[in-house]
Amino acid sequence: MIQTLAFYLFASLVIGSAVMVIMARNPVHSVLWLILAFFNAAGLMVLVGAEFIAMLLVIVYVGAVAVLFLFVVMMLNIDFAEMRAGFIKNFPLGILVALILFLELFVGLVAYGAGGIQLGTPDGSAAARMGQSNIEAVGALLYGKYVFLFEVAGIILLVAMIGAIVLTHRQRPKGARGHQDIGKQIRRRPDDATVMKQPNIGKGVEL
Amino acid sequence: MTEFFQSLGMSYEWAWFVATVSGVLLIALPLMLAVAMVIYVDRKVLGAIMMRRGPNVVGPFGLLQSFADGLKVFLQETIIPSAANKGIFLLAPIITFTVALAAWAVIPFDEGVLVSDINVGLLYILAISSLGVYGVVMSGWASNSKYPFFSAMRAAAQMISYEVSIGFILVCIVLWSKSFNMSDIVLAQKGHGLGFVNGFYFNPLLFPMFVVFFISALAETARAPFDLTEAESELVAGYQTEYSSMSFALFWLGEYANILLMCSLCTILFFGGWLPPVDWEPLYAVPGIIWFLLKTFMFFFMFSWIWATVPRYRYDQLMRLGWKVFLPMSLVFVALISGYLMATGHFTGAST
Repeated sequence: MIQTLAFYLFASLVIGSAVMVIMARNPVHSVLWLILAFFNAAGLMVLVGAEFIAMLLVIVYVGAVAVLFLFVVMMLNIDFAEMRAGFIKNFPLGILVALILFLELFVGLVAYGAGGIQLGTPDGSAAARMGQSNIEAVGALLYGKYVFLFEVAGIILLVAMIGAIVLTHRQRPKGARGHQDIGKQIRRRPDDATVMKQPNIGKGVEL
Repeated sequence: MTEFFQSLGMSYEWAWFVATVSGVLLIALPLMLAVAMVIYVDRKVLGAIMMRRGPNVVGPFGLLQSFADGLKVFLQETIIPSAANKGIFLLAPIITFTVALAAWAVIPFDEGVLVSDINVGLLYILAISSLGVYGVVMSGWASNSKYPFFSAMRAAAQMISYEVSIGFILVCIVLWSKSFNMSDIVLAQKGHGLGFVNGFYFNPLLFPMFVVFFISALAETARAPFDLTEAESELVAGYQTEYSSMSFALFWLGEYANILLMCSLCTILFFGGWLPPVDWEPLYAVPGIIWFLLKTFMFFFMFSWIWATVPRYRYDQLMRLGWKVFLPMSLVFVALISGYLMATGHFTGAST
C-alpha cells in the first residue's frame, strides 16, 4: 500500500518533470526539472531495493554532473528566439528519432512479455543473494569477477582526465605576471614588508 | 515506533504514517530549537573572545535573543526584486532549509535513536550534502544580480572541491569500521584506542584524517576562515544579498543546521558518537545522548573559536588547499590505511 503510493508518486514525478525538461522555455528551468527527474528516479531505485545505486545516482548525477550542467547553462547567454527558429527545420528528424525509440521500446516490451529473454546468467547466479547488502554484492562482483574490466574503465577515465589537464594547463614562467610561489608567500614575515619610521614634525617620509 | 501505534489499534499503514511523521517532528523541532540556541552561543563566544558582552538584553543573559530575532524577521516584508526569477528565487531558501534538515534522518543520537537506520547511511549523508549547493547556486542565479552570482560560483566550486576529499576520508572510516551504517560505525569505535579509548581519533593513522575532515567541514559549510561565499568586504552578503525576512531566515537556519550536522559527523565518525570518551563501565550510566550532545557542542565551540581567531583565506589559497594539499593527502592515507588493514588481516572473515 505505502510502496504502491510511493511508486506512483515517484513515477508520475519522473514522467512529469521529464516532460517539463523539454517543455520549459528557460534552459535553466529545464536543467532544474532534469535534476528533479534524477532525484525521483533515485526514489524509484530505493523502492526496488537498490539503495546503493540510488545513492550513487544522487551523488554522481545530481551532486556533480548536474551542477556542472547547471553552471554551463547559467553562464551561457542562450538566445531563445534563435533556438526556436530551428524548430520547424529539425521537426521531421525529431519525429523520426522519436518513432525509432518508440518502436525499440515496443519491440522490447513485446519480447519481454513473450518471456523469450533470460535476464542474467542461465544458472541464476545474477539473482540477488539473501542476507547480503547491496554494497557487498556490488563490491564482490566489481572487485572479484569483473576486476579487470573495472580497472580498464578506471584507466580510461584517468587518461581522459590527464588529457583534459594537459589541454588546459598553462605553465606560467617564473617571474611572469600571475606566477605565484606559495612557499614564498607563506614564508613572508611582517618585517619583510613593513618598516617603522618616526619622522620629525613637518618632515616627509622617504620610501 | 510503528508497533507502538499499531498496538493503539491503528492499521499498519496509518501506524507507519503516524510513526514516521512523529519521528521526523521529534528530530526537526528540537533541532530548530538547538539552531536558535547555537546562534546565541556563537554570538556569546564571539563576544567573549572580542571582550564584548554579546547579546544580553532579551531574557535572562540574553537567552531569548534568537527568538526575538526570529520574530522580527517573521514580521518583516518579503521583498522580491522585480528583475528576479520569482519561482526559483523563492524555491532556493526552501531547498537549502529542507536539505539541511533531511540529512539528520540518519544521525544516531543514541543507540537506536534515529529516524531511519539504513545500510547506506554514510552515502545518504554524502548525497544530501551534495544537494546543499543547489540552494546557493539557484539563489545566486535567480537574484539576477552581480554579487549573488559571483558568490554562487564561488560556493559551487568550493563545495565540490572539498566534497572530494571528504569522500576519501569517509572511505578510510568505512574501511576501518567495515560498514556504511552510522550505528555500526559508532559501535566499531568502542575501545578502539589501546582498548579503552572510544573513538577513531586516537588512531595515529586516522588522526590526520580527522584534522583534514574538520577543516574540510569548515570549508563545506562556508564557515570562517573559508566564508568566501559571503565575504562582506567583497560581495556584500553573497548569495543572500537580495533576500529579506523569512526567506533570509531560512538560509540562516539552514546554514546553522548544516554546521551542527558537520559537528555531529565529526562526533560520529571520529569521537565515538554516543559512547563515553573512555570505555569504563560507570561512564555508561550517563545517557548516550548526553555524551553525543556534549561532543557535538565541543566541536561547535571550536567552529566559533576558529571564526573569531583565523583571518579569511584568499580564493586561490582555498582552491590550492583543497586540491593540492587535502586531496593528495587523503588519497595517500586511503592507500596507507587499506594496506595496513590488509596486512594485519582486518578483513579476514568478512563476507566476500
